[in-house]
Amino acid sequence: MQKLLIANRGEIAVRIIRAARELDITTVAIYSEADEHAEHVRLADEAVCVGPAQATASYLNISNVLAAIESSGADAVHPGYGFMSENADFAQAVVDAGAVWVGPAAQAIRDMGDKVSARRSAKAADVNTVPGSAGELTDPDEAVAVAADIGFPLAIKASAGGGGRGIRIVEQESDLIGAIKTAKAEARAAFGNDAVYIERFIPRARHIEVQVFGDGVRAVHLGMRDCSVQRRRQKVVEEAGQLFVTPEVGQRMCDAAVRLAEAVQYQGAGTVEFLYDEQRNDYYFLEMNTRIQVEHPVTEMVFGEDLVAEQLRVAAGQPLSFVQESLVPRGHAIEIRLNAENADMNFLPSPGTLEKFALPGGPFVRLDSGVVTGSVISPYYDSMLAKIIVWGATRDLAVARMLRALGELDVQGIVTTAPFVETILRSPDFASGAFHTTWLEKWMADRAEAGAA
Amino acid sequence: MAQHNVASPLPGVFYRSPAPGEPAFLNEGDPVTADTTIGLVEIMKQFSEVKAGASGTLASFAVDDGATLAPGDVVATVDTE
Repeated sequence: MQKLLIANRGEIAVRIIRAARELDITTVAIYSEADEHAEHVRLADEAVCVGPAQATASYLNISNVLAAIESSGADAVHPGYGFMSENADFAQAVVDAGAVWVGPAAQAIRDMGDKVSARRSAKAADVNTVPGSAGELTDPDEAVAVAADIGFPLAIKASAGGGGRGIRIVEQESDLIGAIKTAKAEARAAFGNDAVYIERFIPRARHIEVQVFGDGVRAVHLGMRDCSVQRRRQKVVEEAGQLFVTPEVGQRMCDAAVRLAEAVQYQGAGTVEFLYDEQRNDYYFLEMNTRIQVEHPVTEMVFGEDLVAEQLRVAAGQPLSFVQESLVPRGHAIEIRLNAENADMNFLPSPGTLEKFALPGGPFVRLDSGVVTGSVISPYYDSMLAKIIVWGATRDLAVARMLRALGELDVQGIVTTAPFVETILRSPDFASGAFHTTWLEKWMADRAEAGAA
Repeated sequence: MAQHNVASPLPGVFYRSPAPGEPAFLNEGDPVTADTTIGLVEIMKQFSEVKAGASGTLASFAVDDGATLAPGDVVATVDTE
């Protein structure tokens, strides 16, 4: 691997360029017309424009990105997260063009990306799944029978959904048939595929995910992340290290994730997502993400491993550089996402020019950012500007360190979610760990009510 | 006949249909009420509906499907009675 094209933008493109440079690999950025002056373009060795501002015309335009691979002479492609990172057709096209795809094989992306087939793979590897329909719902009678078996509330999910999209909760049997019809219509509109399935809804669950890494022969895990603090199913705060999961069930989740990765001969970085059911002290497989994730730095901080560099090494054909026994977590890490949104105005996006972007520093504080002072935040892409990651010997120290870091942050010109995140971190529930996947939205509603009273 | 300009308070990308390949919410000449959805504005992957804001007849669109909007740009004109 001599020359790596990064098929992404923003902080993850910068993150990948840094890892490649440390491995002495030449980097090629791609950019849209709106991103001509972006940081990832400035930092890369070379850059190729792939089209107009709208992502569908540039970052998501397969033929334009393939042309950039050819014209730059890149021999490898890293897709980052989002955009085309889980597009099996693109992965295959990269390989067909003679370049290395930094990620699992197209077939693995297909198998794990489709939720119905992913559940099948999980069951085959003896990994617990949420009780539900055997696969895609074919007729209403089956839905009624399954519902009688698993009980209410239940969730109707789109097979092609993901990232929290395409999910509908049903509280009672009288709503079931109508909700399935609506869910199918929504799935058809959103994903072009109306396949849905149903499963038990767990009212009080933690979102726990296991980082796995495979080289096609063996797989290891790098522990768990708790990403339960979510708003509209988007993660807001992520942690690794000292989590609120019983050690015995945590170990079973990690073992299950490795079993699944080995069963599909997984190659590269992946994340196996679970729901941890606090009331039952049990876990269920949710889905597998066949890419590096936004929150990978918290895992890097507690394990002292560079996951993006490892992705590049494994993609280049080398075996994993670590064995399970060598992977020992230490301390606690927290990541927060700094988004260009106004929390006081229902998270209205806040594009504009960053007149000032002064980042925190000091011990055990890491900044992964795709912007600098003077950057123009365009309306076209994701609102995430940067991630702040801190490490502490204990969870309490890590929280104190994040609060200290947020105090140093100074952003002017656009509104960010930093004050909102700070309020969460200062809440007693966050301190005590009394949160779950629907905690944040309830906490926000309660605060709004108290403020209005 | 009075006219009402429908403006988008948000910058972003204007869409006339709910999803790619689907029929437009409205065509010129269609009747509207204040609450009728004219189109969607996408900004940072969030979608917001643009409502007509007045009842009458949709006279014309001021921008194409997929056009880029600045804050306050007029997207359509409604003939009010």
